Amino acid sequence: MAVRNQEFLRGARDTLPLMLGALPFGMIYGAVAVASGLSPAAAVAMSAFVFAGSSQFIAVGLIASQTPPAIVVLTTLVVNLRHMLYSATLLPYLKHLHPAWRMALAFWLTDETFAVTVRRFQRGDGCRERHWYQFGSSVAMYLNWQLWSLVGLMLGNRIPQASDWGLDVAMPITFIGMIIPFVKTVPMMVCVLTAGAASLLTLGLPYKLGIIVSACAGIIAGLLAERSTKLAKGRATP
Amino acid sequence: MTASEFILISGMAAVTFGIRFFLFALADRIRMAPWLEASLRFIPPAVLTAIVFPAVLLPKGDWDLSASNPYLVSAGVAAAAGIVTRNLLATIAIGLGAFFIGRFWL
Repeated sequence: MAVRNQEFLRGARDTLPLMLGALPFGMIYGAVAVASGLSPAAAVAMSAFVFAGSSQFIAVGLIASQTPPAIVVLTTLVVNLRHMLYSATLLPYLKHLHPAWRMALAFWLTDETFAVTVRRFQRGDGCRERHWYQFGSSVAMYLNWQLWSLVGLMLGNRIPQASDWGLDVAMPITFIGMIIPFVKTVPMMVCVLTAGAASLLTLGLPYKLGIIVSACAGIIAGLLAERSTKLAKGRATP
Repeated sequence: MTASEFILISGMAAVTFGIRFFLFALADRIRMAPWLEASLRFIPPAVLTAIVFPAVLLPKGDWDLSASNPYLVSAGVAAAAGIVTRNLLATIAIGLGAFFIGRFWL
């Protein structure tokens, strides 16, 4: 029991910096949702039941430009496809859990919780209760997101120009902070630079498909770089 | 909430949860090829970078490579802060600080 509490609290604590980044981002979501013409109840329900910041943000942008709901749902699917890559990464650590646990952790899976949790899991201490760490991070992110998107809604109602403040900058800045700890090797550097370059070359693709295409390009480049460094090493030490 | 909003949110919630849960639901019934497993480590930085680049280089949907683009400048400041401090909270706080200084005071 003590271990569970400890893991839960550590998960929440390690998520605190990312909650700071989600603060302005949640607020801008709320403010933009008001400006898009979405009803307040619908904006709150989206945060509570979809719980996926960047796709919510993109969705209200599409709603503002009178996009048909089917296209908004399709875009949500594409933008969130990356979560399948995340769940593939976490699966080896969670597959022994009861389906109810897997369902709950899947519902709460975000970029932030994934980034924090994967580093905890990869430490490989074999702790049986480490899913409580992910649970702690999930609950912290969820409550934080509900709070700040609600504040953004109220702010957007009172101060309509709040949606032009540029609070959306919080997403790239938070993500930069999340990327840096991963970039420790040359293949990882190759991966990141390729994904970045590809994201600029695929801007023409509809429904934000460029994200998933660029990520795949980066992953392939990283794998190739890793293979070539291994081959070079193999030749140096026969 | 209107009926069309209800349908929209139900659809978004269903696809988002479906994506997040799909592999978790299969759990033990899938076995990954070794090359696929090796590629997993590259996923988080690749995905995040593919979101970040367009967001800071084309903040309003148009290219802006100038020093007067606060998104680009604060992203550069955040990256530098992250490399120097190796601290997530400092990276985010300094990056956001740089943005709001550039946006409102300069």
